[in-house]
Formats: sequence, structure tokens, C-alpha cells
Amino acid sequence: MFFYLIRRILTMIPTLLIISVLVFVIIQLPPGDYLESYIAELQSQGESVNEEKIQYLRKEYGLDKSMPEQYFTWVTGMLQGDFGYSFEYELPVREVIGDKMILTVLISIVTIIFTWIIAFPIGIYSATHQYSWGDYGLSFLGFIGLATPNFLLALIMLYLANVYFGTSIGGLMAPEYIDAPWSWAKVKDVLAHLWIPVVVIGTSGTAGMIRRIRANLLDELQKQYVTTARAKGLPPGKLMRKYPLRIAMNFFVADVGNLLPQVISGAEIVAVVMSLPTTGPMLLDALQSQDMYLAGTFLMFLAVLTVVGVLISDLALAALDPRVRLQGDNR
Amino acid sequence: MDKNEHFVSDAPFDPHSIEQLTPEQEKVYLASQWQLMWWKLKRHRLAVISGLVLLCMYVSILFVEIISPYNLHTGNDDATYAPPQRVRLFHEGSFVGPFVYDRSVQMNMETFLREYTEDTTEPKPIRFFCSGDSYKFWGLVEGNFHLICPPENSDMYLLGTDRLGRDMFSRIMYGARISLTIGLIGIAISFAFGILLGGLAGYYGGWVDFIVQRTIEVIRSFPELPLWMALSAILPVNWSPLLVFFGITVILAMLDWTGLARAVRSKLLALREEDYCTAAELMGAKPKRIITRHLLPGFSSHLIASASLSVPSMILGETALSFLGLGLRPPITSWGVLLNEAQDINVVALYPWLILPVVNVIIVILAFNFFGDGLRDAADPYK
Repeated sequence: MFFYLIRRILTMIPTLLIISVLVFVIIQLPPGDYLESYIAELQSQGESVNEEKIQYLRKEYGLDKSMPEQYFTWVTGMLQGDFGYSFEYELPVREVIGDKMILTVLISIVTIIFTWIIAFPIGIYSATHQYSWGDYGLSFLGFIGLATPNFLLALIMLYLANVYFGTSIGGLMAPEYIDAPWSWAKVKDVLAHLWIPVVVIGTSGTAGMIRRIRANLLDELQKQYVTTARAKGLPPGKLMRKYPLRIAMNFFVADVGNLLPQVISGAEIVAVVMSLPTTGPMLLDALQSQDMYLAGTFLMFLAVLTVVGVLISDLALAALDPRVRLQGDNR
Repeated sequence: MDKNEHFVSDAPFDPHSIEQLTPEQEKVYLASQWQLMWWKLKRHRLAVISGLVLLCMYVSILFVEIISPYNLHTGNDDATYAPPQRVRLFHEGSFVGPFVYDRSVQMNMETFLREYTEDTTEPKPIRFFCSGDSYKFWGLVEGNFHLICPPENSDMYLLGTDRLGRDMFSRIMYGARISLTIGLIGIAISFAFGILLGGLAGYYGGWVDFIVQRTIEVIRSFPELPLWMALSAILPVNWSPLLVFFGITVILAMLDWTGLARAVRSKLLALREEDYCTAAELMGAKPKRIITRHLLPGFSSHLIASASLSVPSMILGETALSFLGLGLRPPITSWGVLLNEAQDINVVALYPWLILPVVNVIIVILAFNFFGDGLRDAADPYK
């Protein structure tokens, strides 16, 4: 197990390195940099450009250096917890992003748990009652969830909640808590607001997960050991719990790798629609205004979140299933 | 005659009669691979229906100009944000055929909303096979023939109008042209990428395989939407809408090829070990012949299935990007561009018909999913 852990973490390093190169290239690709568009904007408004400040910023953030040098500074800075400077907000990125990242992580985790809670029983029901009306009905619901764009569902939910509950559910907390320090009351308020984005983001992932659990369990149920156990008179409930479910469990944990990118993608766009204080709206802004370090940090953060999430699911899988940790990662 | 006497057939005995196949069985055993797949697909009713729906949609985008009653940009200043109009058949108890009533609009000075009231005195019959807005068919041939037109001296907005008084029904029809083709073009590009890279990885193995595998892993470990957002933010603002269209298609395809490449690679690796490949090799077949004659037919059906399953994610991706304002730009109109106008909750509350394009998105996504499922089940007819 220990060696598996080490090996798994070591293979993560090159992946993250390549991702960081990719992110850096992406944020550098738009022609010009933020300072140039900033100067142009100031000049078009007829304001004088503070040459000194521009020069200082250019030097301070190494915009005058070559690309590889800039990349190197950026990456080493990130390792030391310095994510660069947000031109738009005129603050270090670290101060801008604040608890946005925590909230993104929170939403992702809660969404995954929600998806599990919904998908697991439904998947089992669909597999054990294959081709029944329940199976068809639930699969159909799942498909509708899969096919409805998240952002639209978010809009409709916003509207319905407004009409039926009379609450404004945009955002993740009541207005009085936005700048308040974290307290128990604030946590409760966030949790009360959390369910709508979680349901909205969860719908698409749930459908896919139900289908995969169903397919997996059906494969398992057709195997001979199930027939044998049944022939020996094992009660169906016990049979399910003892054998096929345990194997489906493994897959269930491993599926986070499929689920996580989807959840994070969904979370970004839903956050824009519902104006949640997560990374979504700010990432969109940063991308549009070429605030490169802010955008880069967000992209990097989302990628790291995915990679680490997959790592955790792999480790959980290895803990659950001795075959994985003994054979290594030839999945 | 003795009652206990046994019946003995005096027909000549054919020892092979048990092994002989009925004509139906013979048909099955002699059928080609594609024939078997077709039979198997036909049994999957939902897939067949979905396939027909898709076929209808793709045929209809060829004749958008003719089917839609208005042009894409025909606006009516007097009918902004008009709700969908009801088509009626009976006027004062007598049958008139499909018709609509004229509507008049007043501004409600308390809510500042336009209120449309129907004037039920005179039925205005809808015209069919008629001449209306003139258009250039596919930008080439002038014409003004429409399948369905608004009544003389009146309007007909079956799905309402938007903020410029443009007919939503016509706009959804025109939007289908872009939304549906973006999926096809995108899948064609990602197919090319996927087959090339997956094929190289599967055929050469070794370090080529290693690099391709790692690249796929990296791309897959990135959440799609933020990356799409970042890439489409790169497209220069001064590009023409058509260039942006192709740019977005390429961006969508660039992240989508990984699934196909994986499928190609694993199939290629598995099929290479099959006995018939070894046999062909031993008989002196060249690699080119082995690939085209023995390997490709073996997995092309799987490829088509997995391609049709990845079209929906592209269509959804385009819709999401355009909705956020990062994707296509007017005058190019896709369903996402149409939905971009429904970004805010007031629209959902006041003009809910503006979110109608999403119904088409859902239908197309569902149809592709069911059709792809059917294809995947049918792809291996020998199982």
C-alpha cells in the first residue's frame, strides 16, 4: 500500500507539470498582455498613464522577461504560495481568490456525495429490476437530467424558488453574511443555500453514474457465482450485499475520476448563472479581461482539484480492493 | 390393419437433415457484418425512433429557408416580446382551417410591460405553399417560396418573438443549422485526430504510445468547460463570426478526441492479437492490407457508435459557451446564441418562450444518446 501510494504520487508530478505548461501557454496566447490593454484603455479615456507604475508592474511581474523565464517564475512562485498579481483587482491573486476556492471545493464535494446518494440506490434498483417500469422511468428521468443544459436548469430553479419560496437564492449566503467572518451561523446559512446549486450540478453526473452502475451490476449479476449462490438458496438481499454490491462498490469509488471533471465543469457555469461566490464568475471575468495570473491560478487550481480528487479515489480503491494495490496501476 | 403397426416412412433417409439449415437460418449465417448490425439495430426500437428524429432534423436543416415562415433577421418593431400565438381551427363554431387572430398591443403603464390582446372578430387563415420573405437559398439561389407563411396583412408568431420582434420559430430553425452542423464538423475533426493518434499509439506502441497516453491523461484530467472557456477567450475579438464559428468547432474538437483515440488504440491492440491477423501475416499480407482489410472493418462500427455518443457533449459545449458569451456571435445564430438572450431570471419570469430553444437541445441530445446506445449494442453483432 505504501509503495502504491508513493508511485501514485510520483506519477502525479509530471501530469501536473504538463498541465502547468498548458495553462501557462493558454493564458499567454492572447495577443498583448493586460498592461497593454490597460494602457490603451486609459489613453482612450484621455487619462494620463502612470509610466512609472506600468514600468514597476512590468518589472515586478517579469512581463519584460522571456517566456520560459516567466513560466519558471510563475511555477516556482506557485510552489511558495505566491500566485502572482491580479491586474484587475490590483491585489495579489491570493487575496482576491480568498474563500472562493474553499467554496468551490465544498460545492464539488457535496455534489459528489449528493450524486452518490441518489445514484447508488437507483442504479441498484434499475439493475435488479431490469426492464421494469421503474427501471424505464428512472432511466428516463436520468436521461432528461443528462440532456438538460445545467445553466438552464439553474435559471429555471432560480425562478421556481423565487415564485414558490419567495427567497432569492442567487449566491451562496444571505447578504448579511457575505463579508462576515466565518461563524457557525454563517456555515448554517451557506448549507441552507447550497442545495440548489448542488441539485443543479448533480443532475447531469447522476444520470451517467446511474447508467454505469446499472451496466456494471448487470454484468456482475450474470456471472456464474451469482447463479451458484442462488442455487444454494442464499436469500436475494444477502446475496446482493455479500457479492455483486461489493464489486460494484469498487467501481463506484473509481468512478470519481469520471465524475469530478464533469462536476467541476458544471459548477463553473452554474456559478456564473446563479452568481455564486465560487471560482466560476471570476474565472470568466479574468479570461475576458486577460487578467492572466488570476485566470491561470483558477485554471491550475481546478486541474489540481481534479487530479487530487482522482488520486484520492484511486487510493480509496486500492484500500478497498487488494487486486489494485498488489498488481499496480494497470487499470 | 393391425392397430399396433408402426408407421415407417419410406422416404429415403438423409443423415444430414438435422444439420441442414432452414432458409431463415441460412440467411442469418450468410449475412454480412453490416447486415447483421442493421438487423440488431432495428430491434432496438428507441434507437430507430431516435435515428429517424435525427434524420428529420438533419434533412430539415437543408431546407431551413423554405420551412421557416420568416427570415432569420426579419424583425417587427410593433411585436417585440410577443408571446406565442395560438393556432385555431374553429371561428364562432364553424370550421375555418388553421388560422390566427390579429393582435393589438398596449403598454401597461403600471408594469411597463407590453400586453397583447387578441381581436377575435376576423379569422386570419395561415397560408401554405406561399410566397413570403425573400431569401437566398444557402446564400446562392434567390427565392421567396415558403412552406408556411403568416396570413395576409397579419403576423403569425407560433413561438413568440424576441426583443427585436423576430420570430422565434424561424430563429430556432435557423439556429438548428449551426448547432447541428457544429456537432458534425467537430466530430469529423476529432475523429481524424482520434484515429490518427490512437492508431499511431496502438500500431507502433513503445514511446509513441507512452506520449499519446500521457497526453490523453492530462487532457482528461482537466475539467472540460473551464478549458473550453479559456481557449475560446483566446480567439481574437476582430475575427469575423464565420471564423469564430470554425475556431469554436476546432476548440471543441481539440478536447474531444481523447475518448476516440483510446477506443481506437485499445481495439487495435486487441485485434492485432487475433488469430486471423496472424494468419494473414503468415500468408504474407502487407501491413496496409492487414489494417484496411482485417483491422478496420473490425472496429469501424465501434468507432461510429462512440462518435455518435460524443456528438451531444459538443452540442452542449457550444450551447454553454455561446450562452456565456464566449462562443458564437450574432449574426451567426445557434441555439446557444438564442439562449444567450435568456440569461437573466427576469426573462424566464416575463418571456418564458425565449428559453424554448432548450427543448430542441434536449431532444437532440436524447436522440443522439439513444441512437448511439443502439449503435453500440449493434456494433458487435456476433456477441
